[in-house]
Amino acid sequence: MGTRKYLLRKLMQAFFTLIFVLTMNFFLFRILPSDPVQMMVRNQKLTRAEQIQQMKDLGLDKPLWEQYIQYITHPWVLGRSFQSGLPVSQVIGDRIWPTVLLVGSATILSTVFGVMIGIHSAWRRGTPFDVGSLVSTMLFYSMPQFWFGMMLLLIFAATLHWFPVGGYATEGAGYTGMQHVVDVARHLFLPMMTLAIGYLGEYSLIMRSSLIDVMHEDFVNVARAKGLRDKLVRQRHAVPNALLPIFTMIILYFGYVIGGAVGLEEVFSYPGIGQLTVRSIDQQDFPVMQGIFLLLSVAILIANLIADITYGYLDPRVREA
Amino acid sequence: MNPFPEQPIFPEPPELDEGLPEVVPRTARQITWTRRRKALAHFWRQYRENLLGMIGLIFLIIFVLVALFAPLIAPKSATLEVSAVKNDQPILVPPGYHCPQSFTHMVVNPQTGQPVTTEEACPTSEKQFYPLGTDNAGRSVFALLIWGSRVSLIVGITATIMTMIIGAGIGITAGYFGGKTDLVLERFTDWFLVIPWIALAIVLASVLGQSLFNIIFVIAVTSWAVTARLVRAQALTVRERPYVERARALGASNWHIISRHILPNLFPIIFANTILTVALSILSESLLSFLGLGDPLTVSWGNVLQDAQALGATTGGQWWWVLPPGLGITFVVLAFTMCGFAVEEITNPRLRRR
Repeated sequence: MGTRKYLLRKLMQAFFTLIFVLTMNFFLFRILPSDPVQMMVRNQKLTRAEQIQQMKDLGLDKPLWEQYIQYITHPWVLGRSFQSGLPVSQVIGDRIWPTVLLVGSATILSTVFGVMIGIHSAWRRGTPFDVGSLVSTMLFYSMPQFWFGMMLLLIFAATLHWFPVGGYATEGAGYTGMQHVVDVARHLFLPMMTLAIGYLGEYSLIMRSSLIDVMHEDFVNVARAKGLRDKLVRQRHAVPNALLPIFTMIILYFGYVIGGAVGLEEVFSYPGIGQLTVRSIDQQDFPVMQGIFLLLSVAILIANLIADITYGYLDPRVREA
Repeated sequence: MNPFPEQPIFPEPPELDEGLPEVVPRTARQITWTRRRKALAHFWRQYRENLLGMIGLIFLIIFVLVALFAPLIAPKSATLEVSAVKNDQPILVPPGYHCPQSFTHMVVNPQTGQPVTTEEACPTSEKQFYPLGTDNAGRSVFALLIWGSRVSLIVGITATIMTMIIGAGIGITAGYFGGKTDLVLERFTDWFLVIPWIALAIVLASVLGQSLFNIIFVIAVTSWAVTARLVRAQALTVRERPYVERARALGASNWHIISRHILPNLFPIIFANTILTVALSILSESLLSFLGLGDPLTVSWGNVLQDAQALGATTGGQWWWVLPPGLGITFVVLAFTMCGFAVEEITNPRLRRR
């Protein structure tokens, strides 16, 4: 199968999943016992005219099937938040960058160190280092992330005062330029470390088992038989091939982690998507909830697609299957 | 299929290598059960060799015992419902010996009219031992820790049973029947894999209301998709095996094939997955409770952490309130994870050579 055909097939699959996801999202919010129209009428923040406008925007005055058609063809029309009256796209847009910053920096950290630990463990299987990293991986995997965050906060922010206790940046400090960057980084450090340490183990475990698989392949034996030094066999022949699954992992996890940092953002009062999710559900902010669902499911869908496509490029064997 | 299930089919030659007291099986059912017993004994012999697995199992037994004997370890007289707490408990004190609140607040001795001495303000005879201090309502954190183990185990195990029933049901239906059924069920499963579980869980939990059963239900509804994938793949391969074809040729119904041929073959595959799902369910319960979606009337580790977070125990440095429940969750999840990994190593031959 050619590259183009593979690409086309993957795109088609993603498209159909997208339609299905939109359908499910649409019906999820229609079968909820809280009727959107009722909630809108009860809402005091919007004027009568705004309410009618919003109902028109969201098509809530039309029969269900027309609403469905409108939602499927215009999924980006999200309306305004019941709570603040601002457009949903703006409410979500304000919250997405802190989360991307948090999740992105944590992903980079955990991948780099996870891969390094994984290589070391696999190459020296059964050594104290390997056993130690396996046990600590299991330990961190078993920890509730939000609790680990609470402990770090308690130790490094509340007791030692090394870091601020929460938030994205110091409120009303008016920092500019470099000062602002340092301020944001200081706020970012603890939640980032919590996430990074939490995912470190999973990356190292995947890298370890992937490398162990590769170590038994013929081409590694050939490289050894040629008389290459151990380091060269590892760096030139084994590791590049073992990295393949890590690529897909990173991309897939990024999609999940965006939604997954919910507990952590609560602990550090970090103004990201996770916190917004909890708030909007507390306040029954139906348009924001729907927007978050759309954003998160599409993010994971796109991540899946990118993972499939890059994998197809990196490993031509996949395209044939 | 033996048309006369109680009749002997053919005498099985006794196998001598297993070291079990050998009963020569007489009927089809006996043959099956002898085989299963042997497989189980074989499994246990392999499991015993696994150090991490055994450590996990010992942890697990300790947790079950603690949960079962909670009333003996931490008598409920130090009652745990916030509304029923006597005002007399010392509030937010670190681990150690403490007096009831009424004594520590005394400034002037009402009998003598003199300012109280240290001994009068907190007489040694009145002091009680709080191994892990108390929370903001004066509840002993140690008692909360002990009683919290019950909810974790109950939710973990029941949610897993529900997850397995839904996941295996949908997976088998999709894999065994194939065709259009498979297509629709696959898209359905996809949605549950694509939607971030936590967002869906929060929506469902807030709609259904706060109760223990709802938490269990929400966890099951949001976590069956992975199992369904696993089961479907296995069902797809099993249904092509010659013995399934043979059974069908003999006129076996779909139900018979599924219950007698597909399900037993799934068991080794989903066994490890089941144990790891318990671990994940316990983590999910703690997160949902932490977000305030759990049952506020039951004591769970997640609820305790929610109180601690809401009342500023982290910023206030009350480590004795934050540390124990989290360690409880970590170690119970770790125990299940260790057991799960050990079982996976035995049932998945690909992992064994590692």
